[in-house]
Amino acid sequence: MLSKKQIAQRIASEIKDGQYIYLGIGIPSLVANYLPEQLQVVFQSENGLLGIGPYPENDKMDPDLINASKETISMVKGSSLFDSAEAFAMIRGGHIDLSILGALEVSENGDISHWKISSGLIKGVGGALDLVASGAKLYIAMHHCHKDGRSKLLKQCKLPITGIKCVQKIFTDLGVFTILPEGGFKLCERAPGVSIEEIKAKTEGRLVVKGEIKEMELFDNE
Amino acid sequence: MINKAVKNGVEAVSDIENGAVLLVGGFGLCGIPEACINALLQTDLKGLTCISNNAGVDDFGVGLLIKQRMLRKLISSYVGENLEFEKQFTSGSLELELIPQGTLAERIRAGGAGIPAFYTPAGIGTHVADGKEVREFDGRLFLLERWIKADYSLIKAWKGDTAGNLIYKGTARNFNPIMATAGKITIAEVEELVPAGELDPNQIHTPGIYVQRIFQGDHYEKRIENKTVSK
Repeated sequence: MLSKKQIAQRIASEIKDGQYIYLGIGIPSLVANYLPEQLQVVFQSENGLLGIGPYPENDKMDPDLINASKETISMVKGSSLFDSAEAFAMIRGGHIDLSILGALEVSENGDISHWKISSGLIKGVGGALDLVASGAKLYIAMHHCHKDGRSKLLKQCKLPITGIKCVQKIFTDLGVFTILPEGGFKLCERAPGVSIEEIKAKTEGRLVVKGEIKEMELFDNE
Repeated sequence: MINKAVKNGVEAVSDIENGAVLLVGGFGLCGIPEACINALLQTDLKGLTCISNNAGVDDFGVGLLIKQRMLRKLISSYVGENLEFEKQFTSGSLELELIPQGTLAERIRAGGAGIPAFYTPAGIGTHVADGKEVREFDGRLFLLERWIKADYSLIKAWKGDTAGNLIYKGTARNFNPIMATAGKITIAEVEELVPAGELDPNQIHTPGIYVQRIFQGDHYEKRIENKTVSK
């Protein structure tokens, strides 16, 4: 089974030079830590920044410079700032090459649920609905199961839907999956030490296993 | 040049009436109109509708308006962990409308730009589409969303001049420029107010035409919600 860091590491190896990327909160936000140095990519923040840099040093924190998780950040060289309408114009307009988001549930036809619900109350969805509807490439990073053991890879989402038929690839602590056009989670790789049987047992939706499924290779780019 | 300067927040908000619809700038606690919120807290206004991306926190930002029970309705994209909000929402005294963030931004932009409605892909197949017109363009489905306008826009910029021209700083820009365009009366508060002519016209983000009142706020707290530093 992969740790959160390892899931992020695995996704990082998918990122290509020159991409504009949106990272959601949680595991996706860790991906930036594992990119090979020679890769030139730009991270977008929906509150109006292209070119998110690392967290600032203690004496350089600027309350006027935060990311979408409301954390203090820095800017890289060549950054640009803009308003919220512009931020979502570039999202909806398909200018972001890749979005990596967390999820509470993914269905076998690529629907996703990730509403923030606490004490029975929906707290909102922020920018996720716009992101998943943009038609841009969408990767999901999440644990394969909820804490109580229920699968997050479902036949149909049970929570309110964030977007339909929008997910291309899912990276969990157990493996890597693509969504098949006809529906179903195609197993592409399994995490080191995880058996196909275990993945089958923990996947509620239709799992497609064809041919030999390799254990994934993890490159330590830290 | 027309002089739009007023003395302070108290004067700027003095004609807001009960039940008014307010657009309030900011993302989280970043770029919020602190001085206008403080001025509102000194009034006994009730039944306000507040359209703001977030609900602040219990003791800062829009959260203060909630705590003082000044709001009837909140329109946001994400309300976060605000206990006072939860209490009032659960008891039925505060209404909530949740809107996807990009749709919220574009509805406000449309309001300011005179576009009554537009089609967007955000929300197709979700409860957001309930009751809305859905139409196919080039093989994809889109839903119709309407503009948002308000009686007042309360916004925060970094620098401004007496003609109402504004410059924002960092990600404190966020919803402020679009909200500036969508209020019947837009009140801008700035950290530094200068006479018209002192700002470089090439650098202006919000042209003064959108701003009816402007003042320099003082003692900005600029609270940081999540302090994160590199080791």
